[in-house]
Amino acid sequence: MSATTHDTLAPLRREWIRHTPAERLTRWLAFLIIVAAVVWAVQTIEIIPEFLADAPEQMADLLVRMWPPDLAAYPKTVHAALMETLHIASLGTVFGFVLAIPLALMAARNICRIKALNFLAQVLLVASRSVNSLVWALIFVAVFGPGPAAGVFAIAFRSIGFVGKLLAEALEEMNPGPREALRAAGAPWGAEMLKAVWPQVRPAFWGVALFRWDINVRESAVLGLVGAGGIGVVLEDAINFFQWDQVATILLAILAVVLVAEVVVTRVRARLL
Amino acid sequence: MSDATLPAPARRAAFAPDWGMRIFGLLVVAYLIYAASQLDLGLGRLVTGLGEGARFLARMVPPNFERWELLVEGLLESIQIAVLATVIGLVLSLPVGLMAARNIAPWWLSGPVRAFIAVCRSLHYVIVAILFVKAVGFGALAGVFALVIASVGFVSKLFAEAVEEISMKQVEAVRATGAGTLAVLLYAVLPQVASRFVGFSLYQLDSNLRNSTLVGIVGAGGIGGTLFAAFKRFDYDFVSAILIAIIALILLAELISGRIRAAMR
Repeated sequence: MSATTHDTLAPLRREWIRHTPAERLTRWLAFLIIVAAVVWAVQTIEIIPEFLADAPEQMADLLVRMWPPDLAAYPKTVHAALMETLHIASLGTVFGFVLAIPLALMAARNICRIKALNFLAQVLLVASRSVNSLVWALIFVAVFGPGPAAGVFAIAFRSIGFVGKLLAEALEEMNPGPREALRAAGAPWGAEMLKAVWPQVRPAFWGVALFRWDINVRESAVLGLVGAGGIGVVLEDAINFFQWDQVATILLAILAVVLVAEVVVTRVRARLL
Repeated sequence: MSDATLPAPARRAAFAPDWGMRIFGLLVVAYLIYAASQLDLGLGRLVTGLGEGARFLARMVPPNFERWELLVEGLLESIQIAVLATVIGLVLSLPVGLMAARNIAPWWLSGPVRAFIAVCRSLHYVIVAILFVKAVGFGALAGVFALVIASVGFVSKLFAEAVEEISMKQVEAVRATGAGTLAVLLYAVLPQVASRFVGFSLYQLDSNLRNSTLVGIVGAGGIGGTLFAAFKRFDYDFVSAILIAIIALILLAELISGRIRAAMR
């Protein structure tokens, strides 16, 4: 009997530990890996101590040279370049969609039943996504020569992967009922796509379109650094001529456009969805 | 006669034409034509471009891995930039995110901090990298600083949103025991958002790795510098080797972070 009274109190004396030993081990390992990576990076990265030491001074100098921004330069050079940037972003988005929609249809397993084509489309989408828009711009500058054409193609090719992936996911989540009903009524493939598939993916489509356009406005601002047109060209010129007050104007213009684009996209999306 | 007696049944087309949509579509097409004419994009340009593209591709194969030491050196520097920028960026994002959360911080603090985050997010990391190259000189340091800014902008925005979604009951409970601000943050706020913060961190490491391969284009260290130099020298077979290496690195990182994410669930 005494043993049972002893046992009732046993749970109270048990020591509670939050994690199992295996969990604690993985936590310590993760921590160790992070510390090791940081130590390795700090020790081997090439940082010139003199540069680090006078960084605050140089930053202050930069800001002093930027102030006040040369707003008179805006109507002369910046405005046209800014409009070009917006055109590049919009045309690139639309062109990217034109290329991405067939790929998305091909990648969606409920639309295209051929396994090999699904795989091919996925590979193309991943390839588009893993090359950054600036690298795409470098490639298209080599192809088309410097100018906004290269920028439009760079934005478009970068968008394909992102848009195609999201559209394919939306297609795969679709309810098969309307398609089956239309097919049973004898509708051809085109009618099935237009009247059963499109209405179901329309919200996702507009959501993705707005989201990507917003990203593309940001990205098209830097394409000019490698010669692909837009405001980046003007920025590069101003930096190379050390016209820091003009640089400040250009940065303010980019900032304003990006913020306005974000507000517009949020507003339109709130109304659409 | 029958028409007069019986009101005509309202004929409802199964698929009514959507005039608003059609007009919107026409406007979009009109804008596209206008924009294309502004940018001087024509079919002739496309045709010559396709010819040049074929020549360009022909010069890219086979990829030339002869200068692999240069390649490995650049990739390692990119990884270092990504690691340092992620760690510093995350350490900074914790306080910045908490200060931006409207349910934790007073309005006079969260307002300016939110504006700061918006500025960090709006400027593309390559532009920030240019400014840092001018400020701290060429090299990896400028890249680290630029990506720190980008990380702070991204992570602290998401972190602040996560903090705003927490349950205030635990905060009240801890506060009722007489805990100070720091204790409330440590024992009531952070435990509720810790797992999401880890998720953001992993994502940011991934995206810093992608971006660190590019900041070199403006002289901020990493493989991007090697890539840009090879482009400028028309060394297209080396360019394709570098591109293959970058894509392999990114895919590998995506694979590893996908595994970690699956294991954490």
